Amino acid sequence: MISVGSTMAAAAAAVVVLGVAVLYRVVRGPTVQDRIIAVNVLGTSTVVVIGFVAAALNRPFFLDIALVYALLNFLLSIAAAKLTIDWGDVL
Amino acid sequence: MTSVIVQTAVLVLAVGSVFFTFVATVGLLRLPDLYTRAHASSKADTLGAGFGLAAVAVAFGPSRAALKVVLLIAFIYLTNPTAAHAISRAAYDQGVEPWKKEDEGGES
Repeated sequence: MISVGSTMAAAAAAVVVLGVAVLYRVVRGPTVQDRIIAVNVLGTSTVVVIGFVAAALNRPFFLDIALVYALLNFLLSIAAAKLTIDWGDVL
Repeated sequence: MTSVIVQTAVLVLAVGSVFFTFVATVGLLRLPDLYTRAHASSKADTLGAGFGLAAVAVAFGPSRAALKVVLLIAFIYLTNPTAAHAISRAAYDQGVEPWKKEDEGGES
């Protein structure tokens, strides 16, 4: 059976590769909101990767970093959505 | 040492996480407009994050770390669809037109 640590490391690597693919939409995305959605997905992937790394290296305090990152990610999405309404296409 | 049951559960949940994240990535790259992309990302990506963090919680076992992971899952389940909704609504207020079947060939 595969160990838990290597499973977590492989899953983290796979999610990072998929995140690099999402970067295409950040660069290309025709509208500002396309980019914001893609950055939001990237942030969620980052939270999951931090969780995977915490489990792979057995470092529980990484989860605090993941929690703060999730909060900041939500704040970024809401703030960017509000700014595009108030100021138009500023991003 | 972790038991075979824990290893199997972590493996299955991690594979589910990677699969749904892959679905979200394909949806984000291939779907034709903002609203369909928001649909793909808000559902598939939230489910992928839920599976992945569930795998992390199972890997840590019953501990304070697992409690933090459960909080993280609850927070992501609340905020991710909210954020996608807010962004889509901002786009609609800005006048981004939803994609229609007629303009085929206009691959964007």
